[in-house]
Amino acid sequence: MRPVPALAEGFPDLSGMRIAREPHWFRWLSAALIVLMLAAIARAFANGQIEWSYVSRFITAKVILEGIVNTMVMAVLAMALGIFLGVVVAIMRLSPNPVLKTVAAGYTWLFRGTPLILQLLLWFNLALVFPTIGIPGLWSARAVDVMTPFLAALLGLGINQGAYTSEVVRAGMLSVDIGQYEAAQAIGMGRLRALRRIILPQAMRVVIPPLGNEFIGMVKATSLASVIQYPEVLHNAENIYYANSRVIELLIVAGLWYLVVVSILTPLQMLLERRFARGTLRFAR
Amino acid sequence: MTKPLVAIRSVAKSFGEFQALKNVSLDVWPGEVMCLIGASGSGKTTLLRCINQLAAIDSGGIWLDGELLGVREQNGRLHRLSEREIGRQRLKTGMVFQRFNLFPHKTALENIIEGPLQVQGRKADEVRAEALELLRRVGLLAKANSYPAQLSGGQQQRVAIARSLAMKPMLMLFDEPTSALDPELVGEVLAVMKELAKSGMTMLVVTHELGFAREVADRVVYMDQGAIVEQGRASDVLGAPREERTKAFLSAVI
Repeated sequence: MRPVPALAEGFPDLSGMRIAREPHWFRWLSAALIVLMLAAIARAFANGQIEWSYVSRFITAKVILEGIVNTMVMAVLAMALGIFLGVVVAIMRLSPNPVLKTVAAGYTWLFRGTPLILQLLLWFNLALVFPTIGIPGLWSARAVDVMTPFLAALLGLGINQGAYTSEVVRAGMLSVDIGQYEAAQAIGMGRLRALRRIILPQAMRVVIPPLGNEFIGMVKATSLASVIQYPEVLHNAENIYYANSRVIELLIVAGLWYLVVVSILTPLQMLLERRFARGTLRFAR
Repeated sequence: MTKPLVAIRSVAKSFGEFQALKNVSLDVWPGEVMCLIGASGSGKTTLLRCINQLAAIDSGGIWLDGELLGVREQNGRLHRLSEREIGRQRLKTGMVFQRFNLFPHKTALENIIEGPLQVQGRKADEVRAEALELLRRVGLLAKANSYPAQLSGGQQQRVAIARSLAMKPMLMLFDEPTSALDPELVGEVLAVMKELAKSGMTMLVVTHELGFAREVADRVVYMDQGAIVEQGRASDVLGAPREERTKAFLSAVI
């Protein structure tokens, strides 16, 4: 057998040296250009016909604050309804039962296939179709009294959201390995228990990032409820500028509030993601 | 007179055009360790999955502990059992998968207590004590609070065996339990299975580990193209096979 040869000569010793930091001239240059452009835009707005005093006066106006609270309440409730419907419909869609499957597919088709604003208007104007609603012999009421802007917005936004969420949840369920279903069955679990204990908790990890996306979309979609007189922030801002004609100032006020709410949601999503990442190496305890 | 724990009679199963099982009949006796060997596609895994009802058979019948699996006879016709009934029947068997299939969002201990707590509805402290004892038995007491991703393949498979045993099955099914493991990890899993065999558990093992079959199995069954070709004592089938197909398989494997 050949002896292990000595290391060859001619390769210098690099062990004491560090990798130098590059100056990255182009990055500095492009960053400076962008800052300049932003400053120019800011200057244009500062000198434009905007009365900034109106922005600072109305940003904490009672009507605007009530509006943003209504926006958040509607976004949370409609999203909760959307997630509930989404999970139920996703489970139905993946069930072996052809009746459940077809109903689920039909629901998704109908509510994804028509514009949200149209659905809101339909819910709000339900009284034109059914003047009175109720359970025969037990309870009945005039539809105009029941279908308030709040309820119409909640149903319109939530049921529409459910159609989208069901596809997100279904994707999450499909991402879980088939072996997990089999292992759950092998320890005697039925379909629903396996879904609740084994499949959905794992699907959540995949589902949360797109669901966060959907929730941010929902916060902004509540502005559509202004067309059915729901007093969310945009609707209230509009009401003020109808009176004082400060259109841009009040739109900026509403825009800033949307940015605030969305900025709060992002770190909340991170916390949720961490919660459902249990067992994956990156966040393992 | 004792009865077989598993009685398989004229079982057939197809996946589309492909006939995975053709008229298979077999008995597994209480306390017996049986190894199923054969090339991939020979039907041995399908047979195991039919016993655990992860796959439904097309015709024939399988009796476990005297009870017909998956269907009930009424007025000369067979009716499929409800999911709940099938779940109850499954509790008599434990299944160990090739790819372990531990629940990744639960620790080793949580994996083991999940079935006894959620399905059998037993008391938490009692289940926990038993689970820790099982972990000790497979040599992983120190890993009770580790997640599957923090365990090696061999350790995961040992936890999976403990998870199955926690349900107190009468029969353990092993589907190529060491095929997904690095070679140096095979031994620790086989050691746990040997210890289990010694304790008197009835075991049906689909395996390519002929050394394990020779040492532990009471009976070896060789399958090919969905049928049983040859069966008998391990030393006979593996040492002096009678059928040409068995000889060809063994010479290809060794």
